Amino acid sequence: MQTGAEPLLQLQGVSKHFAGVAALTGVDFTLNRGEVHGLVGENGAGKSTLMKIIAGVHTQYEGEMRLDGQLVRFRSPRDAREAGIGMVHQELSVVPSLSVAENVLLGAQPLNRLGFVAWRRMRAQAREQLEALGITMDLGAPAGALPLGQQQMIELARVLMSGARILILDEPTSALSPPEVERLFQLLARLRQSGRSVVFISHFLDDILRVSDTVTVFRNGRRVGTAPAREVGKSWLIERMIGAGHERLEESYTEAVTLPPLMPGPVVLEAERLTVRGLFEDASLRVRAGEVLGIYGFMGSGQLELARALAGKLPLEHGTVRVDGRPARLRGGTPAAKRAGIAFVPESRRAMLFTQEPVYRNISIAILERIGRILLHPQVERRIAEDHVRSLGVRPPQVDLPVGQLSGGNQQKVALARWLTHLPRLLLLSEPTRGMDVGAKDDVVRIVRGLRAQGLAIIVFSSEPETVLSLADRILVMRRGVLAQEFAGEAVGKDRLLAAA
Amino acid sequence: MSAPLTERTPLREPLWQRLGGQLRNLAPFATLLALVALFSALSPSFPTMANLANILQQVSITAIIAVGLTYVILCAEIDLSVASVANATGILLAFLTVQDASVNIANLPLPGPLAILVALLGCLALGAVTAFGVTRIGIPSFIMTLAMLQIANGIAALLVRGQIAYNVPEAIVTLGSGSLGPVPWIVVVAALVLLLGHLVLAYTRFGRYVYMVGGNREAAEHSGVSVKAVVGAVLVISALCSGLAGMLGVAYFGSAQQNQFDNYLLDAISAVVVGGTSLFGGQGGIGNTIVGLLVLGVLNNGLDHIRMDSFLKILIRGLVLLLALVINVYAQRLRNRRRSAG
Repeated sequence: MQTGAEPLLQLQGVSKHFAGVAALTGVDFTLNRGEVHGLVGENGAGKSTLMKIIAGVHTQYEGEMRLDGQLVRFRSPRDAREAGIGMVHQELSVVPSLSVAENVLLGAQPLNRLGFVAWRRMRAQAREQLEALGITMDLGAPAGALPLGQQQMIELARVLMSGARILILDEPTSALSPPEVERLFQLLARLRQSGRSVVFISHFLDDILRVSDTVTVFRNGRRVGTAPAREVGKSWLIERMIGAGHERLEESYTEAVTLPPLMPGPVVLEAERLTVRGLFEDASLRVRAGEVLGIYGFMGSGQLELARALAGKLPLEHGTVRVDGRPARLRGGTPAAKRAGIAFVPESRRAMLFTQEPVYRNISIAILERIGRILLHPQVERRIAEDHVRSLGVRPPQVDLPVGQLSGGNQQKVALARWLTHLPRLLLLSEPTRGMDVGAKDDVVRIVRGLRAQGLAIIVFSSEPETVLSLADRILVMRRGVLAQEFAGEAVGKDRLLAAA
Repeated sequence: MSAPLTERTPLREPLWQRLGGQLRNLAPFATLLALVALFSALSPSFPTMANLANILQQVSITAIIAVGLTYVILCAEIDLSVASVANATGILLAFLTVQDASVNIANLPLPGPLAILVALLGCLALGAVTAFGVTRIGIPSFIMTLAMLQIANGIAALLVRGQIAYNVPEAIVTLGSGSLGPVPWIVVVAALVLLLGHLVLAYTRFGRYVYMVGGNREAAEHSGVSVKAVVGAVLVISALCSGLAGMLGVAYFGSAQQNQFDNYLLDAISAVVVGGTSLFGGQGGIGNTIVGLLVLGVLNNGLDHIRMDSFLKILIRGLVLLLALVINVYAQRLRNRRRSAG
């Protein structure tokens, strides 16, 4: 197989199970010296799991790993680090209150003879390291005050400082602005020249193709293809990521969905040039009554933050929001949004439900003021809840059960039921089907369609193409904080969504 | 019928698990029964009607303060200023009442009802300042009420300047130290405040919001509940209860002076927590607080009846509070485990 030198890192037949569910099945993976290796695949395809095995985070697995031809088995991330493998995780771990220099040398600060930190030496070493990476930064500034891209550089510098020969980057570009991405790529090129190897995980296929020497595609815990990046294109990647579509029970939307023609209903939401710097910019959108708008984007593209801003949870820096032509004063937070007719179901059910309280109280909380101005009327609350529990098929159908004892799908139904008695004008659903089984997903689709039929304006925000395709009449794709493309009245499949994002 | 049959109806939980889930409510009650049995066995003077009246009278002021504090703790906040606000309000009331010539205070006598009204407005104002600091400025209630503790102490100190005042309006004298037949008025007032506190918590929309804000603040916000308004309101309610307790306390003690309420901060917090209201918010209620008040009252009173060394008494109270905290945290953990298993 290899010509001349043996590969730097080689994995063979690696499998990994989580509680009986296969996350990786018989994966072979090879990383050569001075190579940038791109990994792509949908959420849950196994990329991150494999990298965590390499970085010593997951220690229980089948199969073997060779580093420099030697059989290795890491027992901890520290083992992997000592062997020269460093990982920069998606969630950055710089200490915001410490200076840049302290962060670069975190855990390895040089000490003087008395055991105190040798500040001057530390600054010199940090400067040296950053300059070697072609970065100039104020060493004394607190790291938390810097833009995300620079924080990432600090973390990179820290990992390299520890002597890493193999650098694993998990989704490094998703939160970066274009110039920051550019800088990161220059850095990667430099690392490659110095003989180090990089594994680069990303949803951004253009980025992967630009920066990698080799690309590998994962699907459902298997490696389904590896090729030199030069020889393949985006469509080759997407084809393999999506697969033939027969492997999963659920609909995989390899076939295009035909979006219905635009409807003439009255405009409910008019949002103009909404901006929160660093999250999303100049987002303008309209939603009509009886229309479901899907906003799709990769994780970290800003669509979930846009949902929070429309719900009054995140203050807007610029922009105006009108509901039914009246300006909505979202500065007043969620109560103001509710008054304007906006209801929000966030992606985290924990942020939505009172787990220790019975189902009926979880449903009635949003309409208590309509049931009684001062006094509670539990029998009315129960009756309303029982109606919804029956029509939505919540199982078990007991309104006095603490909602924490229901399954995820049933919890989501309860969260939706909250807005069904007195309908809002605009319903914002953030990741409405995340982590649900097929049956529960179908139920949610049915509920959303029912609401649309009653003339609600609905926006679905998601990073799962299936969710948007199964629910939306019209789709906007958000790319790095910008609404980049619209699909309406035409056939759209997962491939086109992925390509646009 | 179309839904998948993979979800099973939860089986009826075994008895011990159901009891475990009720640990928060059962443990304080069991403690109360055990203490009553213990002291009755050790001292013949303990289990008498006269002594029961004693105990009730002894916990009345704590009870009034504890009602407001129950609201605050249910919201997962804390109010450390209750005793100081009580002190300041009591002293303000005395300051607004004609004192004997021997009392050397540059006071500002008002007609009785007006003095009571102004004193109540005074404690409401203190509560409003606390509420503003916590909800508008965003100071954690622990620190904000610590500042309010000092501020209220300072107001009290400035008003009496080390003196002792004795007179308060007639109505307050009656409520604080008079009797309605055999029952002291202060017990009646405490019972009414407890009852009102319970009714509001259990039967009004506001009461439900208090539980929901304490149970999951973010979810309450997402449901369109104005969390800030609820938190601000409970802090004002707490100040109002403290002020009422402070006015009655002056009549009960027969004098108004600096620091006379100092013990009530710990007593009131202990009563709420010993009763089983969750320190993490969202669970408990006035019923729990009543049991907590009785546990503390019986313990204090009973230890006197068996002639416990009064210095050892302090230590024992500390240990009881520690035990209650352990149970409180443990009950929460049990609940969390059940929740994640469900």
